[in-house]
Amino acid sequence: MPDLAIQTSGLVKVFGETRAVDGLDLQVPAGAVYGVLGPNGAGKTTAVRMLATLLRPDGGEATVFGHDVVREADAVRSRVSLTGQYASVDEEMTGAENLILLARLLGHRKPAARERAAQLLEAFGLSEAAGRQVKTYSGGMRRRIDIAASILNTPELLFLDEPTTGLDPRSRNQVWDIVRIVVAHGTTVLLTTQYLEEADRLAGRIAVIDRGKVIAEGTPGELKSSVGAGAVHVRLRDAATRPDAERVLTEALDATVYLDADPVALTARITGNGREAAAAEQASRALARLAEAGIVVDDFSLGQPSLDEVFLALTDHPAAEEAAA
Amino acid sequence: MSTATENPTTYAPAAETLGTVLAPSKKPPRPSAWSASMTFGWRAMLKIKHVPEQLFDVTAFPLMMTLMFTYLFGGALAGSPTEYLQYLLPGIMVTSVVMITMYTGVEVNKDIEKGVFDRFRTLPIWRPSTMIGYLLGDILRYTMASTVILLVGLVLGFRPQGGLAGAVGGVLVLLGFSFAFSWIWTMFGLMLRSEKSVMGISMLVLMPLTFLSNVYVQPATMPGWLQVFVNANPITHLVASVRSLMAGTPDFGELTWVLVASVLMIAVFGTLTMRLYNRK
Repeated sequence: MPDLAIQTSGLVKVFGETRAVDGLDLQVPAGAVYGVLGPNGAGKTTAVRMLATLLRPDGGEATVFGHDVVREADAVRSRVSLTGQYASVDEEMTGAENLILLARLLGHRKPAARERAAQLLEAFGLSEAAGRQVKTYSGGMRRRIDIAASILNTPELLFLDEPTTGLDPRSRNQVWDIVRIVVAHGTTVLLTTQYLEEADRLAGRIAVIDRGKVIAEGTPGELKSSVGAGAVHVRLRDAATRPDAERVLTEALDATVYLDADPVALTARITGNGREAAAAEQASRALARLAEAGIVVDDFSLGQPSLDEVFLALTDHPAAEEAAA
Repeated sequence: MSTATENPTTYAPAAETLGTVLAPSKKPPRPSAWSASMTFGWRAMLKIKHVPEQLFDVTAFPLMMTLMFTYLFGGALAGSPTEYLQYLLPGIMVTSVVMITMYTGVEVNKDIEKGVFDRFRTLPIWRPSTMIGYLLGDILRYTMASTVILLVGLVLGFRPQGGLAGAVGGVLVLLGFSFAFSWIWTMFGLMLRSEKSVMGISMLVLMPLTFLSNVYVQPATMPGWLQVFVNANPITHLVASVRSLMAGTPDFGELTWVLVASVLMIAVFGTLTMRLYNRK
């Protein structure tokens, strides 16, 4: 295994009665995107805040590039940047002022700080909005100024805490592209997310966490093979053909078929043996069978397993369930 | 399942442009404590620039206080408002400035709720500089309030015997004390959950401190048990110091008392503030 950017063992954080992080063990390799996947309240943000030196752990150990997050906090701080769930910039100040302020705090002299801010605003498509207060920015623009602020000094490790939550699909794609470019330049990214799709698209490895513990870890492919590749959604032209369609799909996919509330819709969970291509093959074979049987399909989609499905498969309880302790 | 193509009219992250800003340029050395504090002070100025309405507290409020108490009590307590003003002005200046110190706590509390505080706390900088930045912005506010009161006083007939030097000296002592006193509010700003509770606690502390003092009347006119409190009240000593400077007869005993109290407040509440800031 290459150098580790993050290593934690038995990390614990307790808030009152709640063990928000409860013995977390992570090994995050340097130079790639590492996804931390989990539902709300799983302890993702708490873990990130401890690793970014914002919270003091109640137990266990954590190092970032070999530096202890408590004893060598300053060494950690000089290597990491954090973009939290909420914009980590000052909304009352303009985009340019925010970046100049942070550049000054990172040690740039005034002219250099201005120049650096202008470069970043340009690179993030915010030059026109540079003189506007951040509170007038759209969600996507806020996210961008936030990420720009995080790479003022290119960090060795960038924490992105649910960077796309609440963003429209276009802004989300922009964030994904930015993350890919940042990683290509050698920065390690720790990405927390509630979306399996996001982790799948960006991360080389994923840790699934629940109730403050890692419950599964591996490459996206490994995870999916343990969970199933996803689901085929089919909408029929005629509700009367549904019983036939159910039978055909069950045979073709060798999977359980669910009847949706909509009388013309069905969903089949497929395994794909851990490979997306295999899942697609299975799905297209199923479609062909439906056509052979003379069943008209109006709409068809192949969906990745949802976080809920991942959780059901890994923990036997749905993601939304309150952590009982 | 394929990556959606970008709408060409909107921002599309380009590998080349982003690449140039990501190019590993050497990191500058970390800023000095002084430089970081001044930068946070600049931030406080920018916030005043963007929300100038907040200056009402330091202009209209002191003006109102001065006019109100001069004409309300002047005739009854000293024979005439102008006569009373000679006694009241240093005190009302202290009251107004000490009252507006509580906004430091409110500002700190408002900021903690926001992500920007997290950003500051992950920077490798001298930790107290964030808090000192707030106080530097506040010193500007205190200076404005003091100036407004002094000017209004001069218009109404206040004639300090200590001249310009005495008046400026008095204001400087007040600013020094207020800087030290504000650490109480940074502490509460970090400790309490909402700005409302910060305001509540502030009023609870400030009302008795400013009223049960020598600001409005001579302590000698009060019942004995009250004099005990009034004479132990730091505001009483501060007002006595400022008065003595403005009157051109510096009372070094009182000035020493104020200096010691200021140093103690910074030592105690500054330490508590930084402890809370690091633990938050």
